[in-house]
Amino acid sequence: MLVLMKNQSRPRSLIFDKQHLLHRLYILQQQDRHISSETIVRVAGECNMPVSQVASVVDFYSFFYREPVGQYHMLLSNCTSCGYQAGETDLLKMLCRSLNVDPGITRADGRVSISETSCIGMCDHGASMLINGIPLVGLDETKVVRIAGLVEQQMTLCQWPQDWFQITHPIRQGGMLLNNVGPPGNSLTKALSTGPGRTLDMIEYSGLRGRGGAGFSTGKKWRFCREATGDTHYVVCNADEGEPGTFKDRFLLQCHAGALFEGMAICASVIGARKGFLYLRGEYRYLLTHLQEALELQYNNNLLGCSILGHAGFDFDIEIVVGAGAYICGEESALIESLEGKPGVPRIRPPFPVTCGYLGQPTAVNNVETFIAAAYIVDHGSGVFRMSGTEHSAGSKILSISGDCRNPGIYEYAFGVSIQQVLNDCGADNAQAVQIGGPAGTLVARRDFRRRISFEDVSTGGSFLVFGENRDLLAVNQNFARFFAHESCGFCTPCRVGTRLMEGSLQKIVDGRAVAADIDEIKRLSSLIMRYSHCGLGHTAANHMLDSLKQFPDLFEERIMRQAFSPQIDLEAALETARQITHRDDADAHLD
Amino acid sequence: MTYESNKAIDANSITIDGETVPFDAGQTIMDAALAAKIHIPHLCHYPGLTPAGNCRLCMVEMNGESVAACVTQAQSGQQVSSNTPELNAARLAITQMLFVEGNHICPSCEKSGNCRLQAMGYYLGMLEEHFHQFNPRREIDASHSTVLLDRDRCILCDLCVRASRDIDKKNVFAIAGRGIHARLVVNTASGKLGDSNIEENDLAAKICPVGAILIRERSFDSPVGERIYDRRSISDTALTEHVPEKEVDRG
Ligand SMILES: Cc1cc2nc3c(=O)[nH]c(=O)nc-3n(C[C@H](O)[C@H](O)[C@H](O)COP(=O)(O)O)c2cc1C
Ligand code: SF4
Ligand code: SF4
Ligand code: FES
Ligand code: FES
Repeated sequence: MLVLMKNQSRPRSLIFDKQHLLHRLYILQQQDRHISSETIVRVAGECNMPVSQVASVVDFYSFFYREPVGQYHMLLSNCTSCGYQAGETDLLKMLCRSLNVDPGITRADGRVSISETSCIGMCDHGASMLINGIPLVGLDETKVVRIAGLVEQQMTLCQWPQDWFQITHPIRQGGMLLNNVGPPGNSLTKALSTGPGRTLDMIEYSGLRGRGGAGFSTGKKWRFCREATGDTHYVVCNADEGEPGTFKDRFLLQCHAGALFEGMAICASVIGARKGFLYLRGEYRYLLTHLQEALELQYNNNLLGCSILGHAGFDFDIEIVVGAGAYICGEESALIESLEGKPGVPRIRPPFPVTCGYLGQPTAVNNVETFIAAAYIVDHGSGVFRMSGTEHSAGSKILSISGDCRNPGIYEYAFGVSIQQVLNDCGADNAQAVQIGGPAGTLVARRDFRRRISFEDVSTGGSFLVFGENRDLLAVNQNFARFFAHESCGFCTPCRVGTRLMEGSLQKIVDGRAVAADIDEIKRLSSLIMRYSHCGLGHTAANHMLDSLKQFPDLFEERIMRQAFSPQIDLEAALETARQITHRDDADAHLD
Repeated sequence: MTYESNKAIDANSITIDGETVPFDAGQTIMDAALAAKIHIPHLCHYPGLTPAGNCRLCMVEMNGESVAACVTQAQSGQQVSSNTPELNAARLAITQMLFVEGNHICPSCEKSGNCRLQAMGYYLGMLEEHFHQFNPRREIDASHSTVLLDRDRCILCDLCVRASRDIDKKNVFAIAGRGIHARLVVNTASGKLGDSNIEENDLAAKICPVGAILIRERSFDSPVGERIYDRRSISDTALTEHVPEKEVDRG
């Protein structure tokens, strides 16, 4: 059959809809540095939405503010790898001191505001921050001093050293996906000549399972979606990559966007979709221009658009929607809510997105890497794919490795690789433990480094955090507990309240005020949050606590007091207000 | 064979704590339980409104899995346990969480005795709050002439939101903010209740399980000692509640 290559160009406005509520609010936030109540009312009017919907969106996402942020707005990542506390010095404190500003409070002259944010996916670049939304990497004490100077001199970001904004892509170890740089169009051409039914059989036979974390069979998901009735079907790529320590999707979006879009188009041909979305986390907005260009290229090559590769009737478009700072939007039903311009509160499941997703229509949501693996399978055959990996984990896994190792970066392995092997390869000589799959994943101690990366054993969406001998693991637990409390969507009681209580209980241990009963209390609280929460965030939010208690009981034992009871509140600290009111600070105004 | 035994082998039944309970297609475990006069503790559910599943009091064990009864479809073969020491302990802890998250000073609260959160505490044998108080600072809205909004006591159950949107057709409320910052907001430009079209006879004004939305000047209509939960347990009253079917009944 003659394949007709027709050039199609696509206006940018269709690739990126400026009218989407999240995008409108982003522009207003940039313009006015905050979103006022008046703005909310105006936007509601323009969008024909209830004021409360716009207000609830503004209040849900971290990157929208009710009060003005500074002209230089800096958000330091608080991840254990790319965080401001990853090194010796607390860089956030230092930066605040240098600029004479309190965290979270805009300086009186409106020049600068400094705060923290959950992992921004720069874990292979050392301490990092978003400055006015753009990642600035490799922070250290010298840079902090220079940044303070540049801010005081009111230098625009273009006048700052540009290498501070260079995001590199260290592929430390390639595999079937990373080494696959064939000419564009191969996979899609094959899929279209094979036909949707047989393409689906291939995906099913390959044993491909979702790479975003849960590991659901991709073939099955596509089949359910294909068989679901609806006016129309949708393909959604989950590029929210919010799991702290994960940055492999960042790399794939930068270097393998073509394969991703082909994978999405293959999915579209299988499930019968005409429209797809790429949901990009707000932290990766700097990739937007690149992705728009990559999409345009696909259109120019007739790999997207109308009558793709000359197949009359096969039309498929992809639109990009950019999030605004909310880890929960990685959960697929929350992501769909966000696509619909709402707060990212996970839906009740079932019904699952495959039958009732975007706008209530059947929707296939997959991770970036999953689509790229699907494109690979169609091009190279399911047999080749299955040859790698283990029985229940076919193919390869791309890992984002960071933390206490000499060579952080991107590594691809066939499933089944041992943790020890990975540690050897990344130059982690004295690891005491690794956190696999992010805070929601599994903590593996040295004695278990024989365990393997696979769905059967230790699975991960991509995060692989190395903790060296000198790491304070309790501080890591505190960091994770804070992460979950900050990112809980707030819908259900156990997660909303329980994650906060967990933070408090850990603080008590760290402060040395806890007793043995507090440890039992933490165990009870953990199981309560995990068993009775509404969504996956809550279901996994206490994994790290239970793992630590089990693997490193001494960490906790060492700090507890040998007495039967100690109050949850710090009595001495609680008296502070009273002291202030009464202007007293004498010995009798203190406990001891 | 009698009709009853026919029903038992008929596909449409589940068991709750060993008791066979029939259900109609489309019903949730909660619907089926209520129809059979079985009480599964609940706060954010109110028959006649779309369930939300946020309070998590109605958690049950279903074939080895923990699910919220109010949002889980009944399916034949389900073996549900609800009234177990373990689940009641979890419910107690969840209730305590709701207490410490807000500011609940029952002795000075006019809802006391008519409050479903308080009644749930009694029902579950709650003797103390257990967790430390969050003492949040929340806004009171006294801008409306007949309806008062005291967010200190709001448990974010979403009942007023659904009642206003789906029954009153006014969409007066929404929940905004993430995590512990979640709070009830009013759908007006000023964010004030006084600028909304809520009226004291609206379901949204009356459905609040706690003392967060109150009809003004009614606090002592019934004296302490003669209030709902002074006389009956929530496990009885909860079996009789339903959104009024007809508009006139709501008045
Ligand atoms: C709290 C939470 C966060 C998640 N974040 C992501 C994410 O950032 N990226 C992702 O692909 N999947 C994420 N997931 C999993 C998605 O819900 C979903 O399973 C996945 O996108 C399906 O794609 P896959 O089958 O290709 O993995 C998250 C799940 C939960 C519960
Ligand atoms: S709302 Fe209920 S629980 Fe809260 S203070 Fe009032 S009576 Fe007590
Ligand atoms: S005001 Fe009352 S009904 Fe509304 S969400 Fe709060 S507790 Fe529920
Ligand atoms: S808030 Fe997400 S699990 Fe409850
Ligand atoms: S009653 Fe079911 S979750 Fe609240």
